[in-house]
Amino acid sequence: MVIGASAGAVEALGRVLPALPSNFPAPVVVVVHMPADRDSALVELFRSRCRMNVKEAEDKEPMEPGTIYFAPPDYHVLIENGNRLSLSNDEPVHFSRPSIDVLFESAAAADENVVLGIVLSGGSEDGSQGLRAIYESGGGAWVQDPMEAEAKLMPRAALVACPSAFKLNLSEMQSRLKEFAA
Amino acid sequence: MVTKTDDIEMRLLLEAIYHRYHYDFRGYASASLRRRLGQARIRFGFESFSGLQERILHDPEFFPQMLNYLTVQVSEMFRDPSFYNSLREKVVPYLRTYPSLKVWVAGCSSGEELYSLAILFREEGLESKTIFYCTDINPEALRKAEAGVYEIGRIALFTENHQQSGAQTSLSDYYTAAYGGAVFDRSLRKNVVFSDHSLVTDSVFAEAQLISCRNVLIYFDRELQDRATKLFRDSLSHKGFLGLGTKESLRFSRYSPDFSDFDPKNRIYQKEAGI
Repeated sequence: MVIGASAGAVEALGRVLPALPSNFPAPVVVVVHMPADRDSALVELFRSRCRMNVKEAEDKEPMEPGTIYFAPPDYHVLIENGNRLSLSNDEPVHFSRPSIDVLFESAAAADENVVLGIVLSGGSEDGSQGLRAIYESGGGAWVQDPMEAEAKLMPRAALVACPSAFKLNLSEMQSRLKEFAA
Repeated sequence: MVTKTDDIEMRLLLEAIYHRYHYDFRGYASASLRRRLGQARIRFGFESFSGLQERILHDPEFFPQMLNYLTVQVSEMFRDPSFYNSLREKVVPYLRTYPSLKVWVAGCSSGEELYSLAILFREEGLESKTIFYCTDINPEALRKAEAGVYEIGRIALFTENHQQSGAQTSLSDYYTAAYGGAVFDRSLRKNVVFSDHSLVTDSVFAEAQLISCRNVLIYFDRELQDRATKLFRDSLSHKGFLGLGTKESLRFSRYSPDFSDFDPKNRIYQKEAGI
């Protein structure tokens, strides 16, 4: 499962990630836009709030179910064939590194097919092309209802690029994710 | 599991490049390579990687443009200032004890890392006894490194990084601004050897006291990372230093026992004695 968020990310993720049980059957990779020159506090913040393991993504690390991986600041994170993560220093996309599109497109192209992509609150168009790529490769696509999102541009752009995506509010996402785990 | 057509085409494309031009990208991490090749495919107007492959095979003059997509040329001077700070405070005292020094900047791309080190070595009074080896597989990147001209718009960031790296001088001491570019002083290149070298296919380069190879290994798969790490080990002098990118580590490497964590936060490793 891959998740992307920008402005309003902490609040939205704060409702989705802690809802996941420790035995959630898949790895979760999260990209949040953030300043490049600061150590991210996201891992610490969510580690104390989540039942799943929470860590920063490392290069060529094998992904484990039940673990949430956050992209480090100033690096893209990608999913390789064979369920490994990799980092890259390629140009920013939509002025962002890490970029949601980069993660999502790699997830869509990787050999493990079953992927769910979620676009949450945010103030850029990053993530919309990636979400469509996931949908076109047979994965699931969820978008936070823009009416509910703190920043509406990103979920709106995702729904334009991927009109077949499910538009859900955060509490609907919570209950569906719990069904996954059960 | 079904291999996706795109993946098959990409593998064939990399084989074609290897056999035709002897550049070996087959051991690169595929996710970011796929993305960069996808950008090239769109830029040059091909529907598929197979179409791109035909052009590459039959048009040798086209290949240098492809090489710019296959190799990553994103760098900045004094990137991660704390890395350079650590070099100054922790590594330089060791380096001072040697009568002469060799420094290898592996995968130097357009030279930002080289100039950062050359400036640091001048500031620390080590420059006159040091030879820098600056290597890359992309001839165009090497030409840029040798020219030492960077867009003026990037200089503010370079200057800020340099200041944070514990510098005693001002970055503006080392360049002159001309025609929208910052031209770095040719005297910084006095002791620099620029050379074509591949971490994938070439062998041990020189006996160096310091190897800097930042944000190169992340583009390699595990096996190729091991190959490059072994090359570094064998190219380092007794208790020599290896500097990697902030998010790179030897933790998953076969050769990690051959190195000690000299400065774990800044990813500076030291070759163990007796290796």
